[in-house]
Amino acid sequence: MTALLSLRDVSVDIGRNRLLDGINLTVDRGQVLGLVGESGSGKSLTALAITGLLPLIGGSITGGAIHFDGVNLASIGEAGIRTLRGKRIGFVMQNPMIALDAVQRVGEQIDVVSRLHLGLSRQAARLRTLDLMAQLRIPEPGAVAEAYPHQLSGGMKQRIVIAMALAGEPDLIIADEPTTALDVTVQAQIIQILTRLSRERGLALLLITHDMGVVAQACDRVAVLYAGRIAEERAVGSIFAAPAHPYTAALIGCIPREGMAPGSLLGIPGAVPTSGRYPPGCRFHPRCTNAADLCRQDRPTLRPLQSGGSVACHFAMTETP
Amino acid sequence: MSAPLLKVEGLTKRFHAGGGLFTRQRTMTAVRDVDLAIDRGEVVGVVGESGCGKSTLARLVLRLLEPTVGRITLDGVDFTGLSPKALRSARRRMAMVFQDPYSSLDPRYTVADIIAEPFVVQSRAMPAGAIEEMLDAVGLPGTAATQYPHQLSGGQRQRVGIARALALRPEFVVLDEPTASLDVSIQAQIIELLSSLRDRFGLTYLFISHDLGLVRYFCDRIVVMYLGSVCEILPGARSKPRHPYTSALLASSFSPDPAARREIIPLVGEIPSPFNLPAGCAFAGRCPRVTEACRTQQPPLSREGGHAVACFNPL
Repeated sequence: MTALLSLRDVSVDIGRNRLLDGINLTVDRGQVLGLVGESGSGKSLTALAITGLLPLIGGSITGGAIHFDGVNLASIGEAGIRTLRGKRIGFVMQNPMIALDAVQRVGEQIDVVSRLHLGLSRQAARLRTLDLMAQLRIPEPGAVAEAYPHQLSGGMKQRIVIAMALAGEPDLIIADEPTTALDVTVQAQIIQILTRLSRERGLALLLITHDMGVVAQACDRVAVLYAGRIAEERAVGSIFAAPAHPYTAALIGCIPREGMAPGSLLGIPGAVPTSGRYPPGCRFHPRCTNAADLCRQDRPTLRPLQSGGSVACHFAMTETP
Repeated sequence: MSAPLLKVEGLTKRFHAGGGLFTRQRTMTAVRDVDLAIDRGEVVGVVGESGCGKSTLARLVLRLLEPTVGRITLDGVDFTGLSPKALRSARRRMAMVFQDPYSSLDPRYTVADIIAEPFVVQSRAMPAGAIEEMLDAVGLPGTAATQYPHQLSGGQRQRVGIARALALRPEFVVLDEPTASLDVSIQAQIIELLSSLRDRFGLTYLFISHDLGLVRYFCDRIVVMYLGSVCEILPGARSKPRHPYTSALLASSFSPDPAARREIIPLVGEIPSPFNLPAGCAFAGRCPRVTEACRTQQPPLSREGGHAVACFNPL
């Protein structure tokens, strides 16, 4: 069985600090994998590791391997990764204003991707751009393509960024908090567009988010990241029904639900430790309500659950192995 | 029934843009004819998308912005007519917690200086032990007093912002998206803190947010704004929406329950420009229930009990 994208025991260092420690993930075609966790848990760093952009922030992969469609990314070098990025791996960033060039018309910015990666002519690229824009439900694509980014709303700009990510016919899209800067009604539109693309085109989608509501509505599987390690990885239905890791349970408990009594929103005491100040044993133990001596000393390894998926906790909450 | 603590009548704020040598002056109405009464001890939420005027409303209520038209009274005192000096002393009774705890705290002040500043501004003697007491109230250790904002996490900074707002023991506090820049785990802590402080100090809150789920959890009454106007006032957190916009807003929020996964019918179209408001209902262009009247006339806010809705074809 080969997944489109797999990370095996991937570790990432910046300077002397180990920021990602033994990350295991797989994403298949047509699947939406959610990557969740609080700020500082290493979500965006994982995206940078997959796209080979770590050198930009002075980081490097120091352990494990990333395979994309059977190829070890470490073996193809910088030029090889550059070809993959944009062509086979699309990247949607959190802030569309940073991802777009402010002094170029948005249509041209989409055109250039298919000209570069698919070798299309100017005219063919523009036809493809207009077609993509229509698929993303952009009204009057012809007029919008002639606009500059500042003339468009946030939701429209984010759709342009998604069109750019799609223009090279990618197999995988990595979306890093694609709706965080947007209003709720626009967020609903964008999430729906992304999940529909995954279903209809068999795209693999890695959706990075801090919003468990988005995970519940859009993802097939979810990986919960805490302080640079995977805490739990499971199918969405079972993780919400019966979270195995206390951290997952706590994250779900942070979201107000219909009919919740006042005072029942729990939160998680304390904050994510910063790198270099990680506690020994389980990194979540200082904030965990179930922590015992074992948790303070021994690192829990990621072990499979009977119901599928895996969890890294000495006292996993759902079942006994 | 006693008189409301805060009363807002016919509040309107217009901003002007352009009007220089080369451009025509354009006017945008950020807040349009808002009436609102808040009782003592109540938590009133204001929700809406960006550009709906909720933050402008928050600033108008505290007179951080001068209203173009309208009147604001706090406990019977007309705020709109006060001289700057009288306004300053009247402001003791109200406070604000800002959205971004990174930019609303002076990086060169220690936490103790930040919490003491309201006393300095109001030329009042700070009671002994006030700093320690405030830090304790917001759940920060006493050692935080000598620290600077950059040494604190986002959640801790927002606690400092809350301590500063409550230092003079105000009665009325405006919370302008106090958790929008925080992680959900920290958001939950801050919401529960605000809730306990309300009981402890007998506070009245105006809570501004874009998150309808959060507002429904935290607030007693909910005001929904669209393009500067109030389109609906829900009398309770669980009230069923009658305005199509409120209903769309509710349908767009993702529930953390995969079993309740559903096909969301997203709103089509874009919010019209506030510089060029349509003649009729501002929501008409995106509304699934639109009729001819909606395009030509503005629906008035009609009240039925505590529930008010501005719509010709309510649900």
